[in-house]
Amino acid sequence: MAPPTSTTQPQASASDAIPAAEPAISLTGVVKAFRSGTETVRAVDGVDLEIGRGEFFSLLGPSGCGKTTTMRMIAGFEDPTEGVVRLDGRDVTGVSANHRDVNMVFQSYALFPHMSVADNVAFGLRRRKVPKAEITRRVGRMLDLVELGHRAKHRPTQLSGGQQQRVALARALVNEPSALLLDEPLGALDLKLRQSMQIELKRIQREVGITFVYVTHDQGEALTMSDRIAVMNNGLVEQLGTPTEIYDRPATRFVADFIGTSNLLRGVVSAASGGLWKVEVADGATVLAAELPDEVTTGSHIHLTVRPEKVNIGTEEPEGQVSRLPGTVTETVYTGAATHYQVDVGDGDEVTVYQQNASGSALVAERGERVWLSWPPHHSYALPS
Amino acid sequence: MNNRKTTPYALVLPAWVWLALFFVVPIGGMLSLSLTTGNVVTGFQQTFEVGNYATAVSSYWEQILRSLFYGGCATLVCIAVGYPVAYWIAFRGGENKSTYLLLILLPFFVSFVLRTISWRFFLSDNGMLLGTLKDIGLLPEGLTVLNSAPAVILGLAYNFVPFMILPIYAVLERMDPHMVEAAHDLYSDRIRAFTKVILPVSLPGVFAGVLMTFIPTSADYVNASVLGGAYNTMVGNVIRTEYLVNNDYPIAASITFVLMGLLLIGIFSYARALGTEKVMEVHA
Repeated sequence: MAPPTSTTQPQASASDAIPAAEPAISLTGVVKAFRSGTETVRAVDGVDLEIGRGEFFSLLGPSGCGKTTTMRMIAGFEDPTEGVVRLDGRDVTGVSANHRDVNMVFQSYALFPHMSVADNVAFGLRRRKVPKAEITRRVGRMLDLVELGHRAKHRPTQLSGGQQQRVALARALVNEPSALLLDEPLGALDLKLRQSMQIELKRIQREVGITFVYVTHDQGEALTMSDRIAVMNNGLVEQLGTPTEIYDRPATRFVADFIGTSNLLRGVVSAASGGLWKVEVADGATVLAAELPDEVTTGSHIHLTVRPEKVNIGTEEPEGQVSRLPGTVTETVYTGAATHYQVDVGDGDEVTVYQQNASGSALVAERGERVWLSWPPHHSYALPS
Repeated sequence: MNNRKTTPYALVLPAWVWLALFFVVPIGGMLSLSLTTGNVVTGFQQTFEVGNYATAVSSYWEQILRSLFYGGCATLVCIAVGYPVAYWIAFRGGENKSTYLLLILLPFFVSFVLRTISWRFFLSDNGMLLGTLKDIGLLPEGLTVLNSAPAVILGLAYNFVPFMILPIYAVLERMDPHMVEAAHDLYSDRIRAFTKVILPVSLPGVFAGVLMTFIPTSADYVNASVLGGAYNTMVGNVIRTEYLVNNDYPIAASITFVLMGLLLIGIFSYARALGTEKVMEVHA
């Protein structure tokens, strides 16, 4: 709901990648229950998803949230307890993995150690009885795509982790599946390699145009690569949206906490004026919010979030239509590109601020100094309580 | 002297002493014994008599060949029985894997000879197995299994099958289950996943199992003497007789080295045939 005297604020753009008429993958009411001893654990607890053709779609969540189980049901390694899995509109629930037109890249790579790189990549084509000449051609082209043509005759064990990763990718992609499933494929790589592989994966996905479903617990990875993200927790999808929607407009407190760093402020809605809500937070300071959920009225207790990089820190009281919050610096952390400040804003609430070191690395304020925090009203975002 | 240079040698020393005492010295003693002449009354003189080997081979080539044949057959039976068992424990054993392994090892708590003798009762003409099968008419009345080659081979396979199961199990156990899933994901049915991925990857385990069953079964003499009767003697029985009954130590020692030489040649050609890379490679 917009404030009473409404001024339009820029909305996070709605999904650019709206699923095509016939989604590549669709899950309807999918449940997976595992029996462990006498208990039944619902690893996936009713998931509905539609993944569009050519989309880079991420399932993001902490370990045990059900993201891998969801992917394994798409691959055919697990049968759903309830619900329907469709690939290209065809119901494949109960169809075994070897009869599904999707291929998987495993976190452990799961390369065949007794075969050369080229034989690994050719494995799927051989099982499908593709003519020999075509296998040679497609394997060669695929190895070139992942820049491993010169390693075709090597054994996987002779390759580095990053190279093995690319063999696993080639082995799956060469079959030109209707969707490629990737289960934390970069999890075993070190940071530098992981970052370059993220760009590499994105490039390959653009070139082949195949639907990618990507399971990860790394929010940075998901935000960097995905067209859309489903954030999962406790076997449920908490939020489904583009990276910007997920980051700027977290639908739940879990999403706000899980994606990036969020500052959480408790407050009471006090008034609306000039198209903006006023929210009284700790120590009687007032914060402005451009938009609040529909059920909110004056007097409602709400939780507001604001991202650390959206907050400005200074020693003088800021002017204009901004949220203003006084506080005391309790910690400064220099990280090179930015400096992080912890600011005590009273009532035990702390706000984290990331300040880009654009004009030198001098501190805005030392530990113990009084400072003013400010941010534009549309960066205050209320979480449903 | 630089301390750092000598430390590694000092640390290896106990192993070298152990090897020397319990391997080099006895083998050397046996070798020199095989090249002597004489008898137990007048004593044996070191004459470097190579003729002992010719005598040994010409007198006992039949038993030597039979030993290799029995050992080979027993090893094949061990693969046929052991692989499925190892596969089942590794992939279907669930939480009870260690219990199943204990059951495999349980017979070792009973003496080897006693276990073999129990097969005499099991395989006797009207015993537990044959008697029952004859009673219900599945086998002809006059059939005898004891004191035959199959009885010896069955006994050998029974006694040594754990040595086949354990190395195969060890390889299958640490195989990445995702590798099997990857095979299914790449359009393999269960049979293809087995023949194209599981079996080739587990070959080092089979290789180890073959060594650990073929070598002791070919050299065994207990099974042949308990289950084989007079006409199915193996080279182990010959060595025992020459040594303990005829007291012809040089001949006993010569046959021992002939057997050892044949086994070594066998092992190396086997390793070469399979490809040492394939066999020696340890899969992570």
